[in-house]
Amino acid sequence: MTWARANSDRLVDLMLQHLWLSVVPVVVGFLLALPIGWWASRFARPRAVLLAAGGILYTLPSLPLLVIIPGLIGTSFLDPINVAIVLTLYALALFVRIVADAFAQVSAEVLDSATASGYSWWQRFGGVELPLAGPVLLAGVRVASVSTVSLVTVGALVGVSNLGSLFTEGFQRDFRTEITVGIVLVVILALVLDAVWVLLGRLLMPWTRLRGAG
Amino acid sequence: MIEYRSVGKTYDDGSPAVDDFSLVIPSHSTTVLVGSSGCGKTTLLRMVNRMVDPTHGQVLIDDVDIATRGPVELRRSIGYVMQQAGLLPHRRIVDNVATPLRLAGVPRREARERAMDALAKVGLGADLADKYPRQLSGGQQQRAGVARGLVADPNILLMDEPFGAVDPIVRADLQRQLQTLQHELGKTILFVTHDIEEAFLLGDQVVILRKGGVVAQAGSPAEILAAPADDFVRSFVGLDKGRRRLRIAELDGQRVVVDEHGRPAGVLDPTLDRT
Ligand SMILES: Nc1ncnc2c1ncn2[C@@H]1O[C@H](COP(=O)(O)OP(=O)(O)O)[C@@H](O)[C@H]1O
Ligand SMILES: [Mg+2]
Repeated sequence: MTWARANSDRLVDLMLQHLWLSVVPVVVGFLLALPIGWWASRFARPRAVLLAAGGILYTLPSLPLLVIIPGLIGTSFLDPINVAIVLTLYALALFVRIVADAFAQVSAEVLDSATASGYSWWQRFGGVELPLAGPVLLAGVRVASVSTVSLVTVGALVGVSNLGSLFTEGFQRDFRTEITVGIVLVVILALVLDAVWVLLGRLLMPWTRLRGAG
Repeated sequence: MIEYRSVGKTYDDGSPAVDDFSLVIPSHSTTVLVGSSGCGKTTLLRMVNRMVDPTHGQVLIDDVDIATRGPVELRRSIGYVMQQAGLLPHRRIVDNVATPLRLAGVPRREARERAMDALAKVGLGADLADKYPRQLSGGQQQRAGVARGLVADPNILLMDEPFGAVDPIVRADLQRQLQTLQHELGKTILFVTHDIEEAFLLGDQVVILRKGGVVAQAGSPAEILAAPADDFVRSFVGLDKGRRRLRIAELDGQRVVVDEHGRPAGVLDPTLDRT
């Protein structure tokens, strides 16, 4: 505790760095996956191809990617943007399947009835498809968010500082307290972020609070 | 007036759903398309609001080919009621009913008021307005679906097996209500069902379809019963196995009309009896 208090400025810095390295990939990955996943949900063939590609992408180990990416896009090895890009790819790979599933489970009758009422394509997408895919999308965001928060720590191995740096330093100096504080803060960050998504979901989808609704 | 001019529809997968269909649907009356499942009823119905575009032929509304009209604008001018109501599960009942008005640009307050009126018209209490669809019974949802179809006061109302999924007692109630509403409003209704009893009950004109949207017979219910076109129609309306055969039985000197099982259907009008 004394160690944590003495280093609180640095811990806050690491936490903020960790936070944006987690949120940016989740948000960008989600936004990229939205049109791709929607497309995959409508057409069987692209769906199979995209889901397979996503599966392969997801199994690529992160460390080599972190070394390759700077060479590909010309950033420095220590640039946090590399970590953000790799994690965005993982989030994208995870989201494509979830988004495709989320849109596929929206009832065709409800969509027909919206069309018959005179919704234009965009009105129907924003006013019916997206909200009805919402609960599944939210569940996906929560999974991606937790897994990204934990994956960010890998960045510390290539010198991009975040809460994971507390693990690497702690191991090097054989200082248990630092490792413990690191773990606790990562868990807290993941939980807080998760609570934010849940809250956002409640605000955006008030009908899901209904008992027996889903 | 709605007119089908030898329309046909073949879906992308190559199955011909409707072969060659022509029909005139007079305004301010109810026309019922009746046929077994898969014979092309929904396809024909959806040609009227361009949810399905025919592969050949034309559909005209008041002599205008609807292919020349924007589909979204066209749909906003036509009421549509479907099986299972098709209400949006994430919108409250009143918002569901107000949807066609909101899409047409009616301000929120006015749309809500008109939606409340429409709900009252179909016999739904104001206490249900702020509920979500799944909090209502099937029959109540179906009423809300009818209210949504009528709320924008369209000239044309398309109804696709609207009462097919509710139990018989509720169905009878909904049918009665539709008759009352139609008496008052005089819409041009195109109604689809697989139930011949429902077709005869609601239809001014009944069109019996075979597979592929082939018209087996079209006419008023009385015309069809009086002169069924062929054995298919005779069997479809139930004249083949002696059903619908009424006869007169004498009971204590009174003449009672009974059905094929001997159950009384009514008495002969005494004023006719004299002649
Ligand atoms: N979107 C579609 N794609 C391919 N075939 C379809 C589609 N919709 C309907 N069909 C086929 O067209 C035929 C008529 O269908 P439909 O108009 O729905 O009949 P009904 O409403 O009388 O049950 C059926 O054989 C059905 O399988
Ligand atoms: Mg049908």
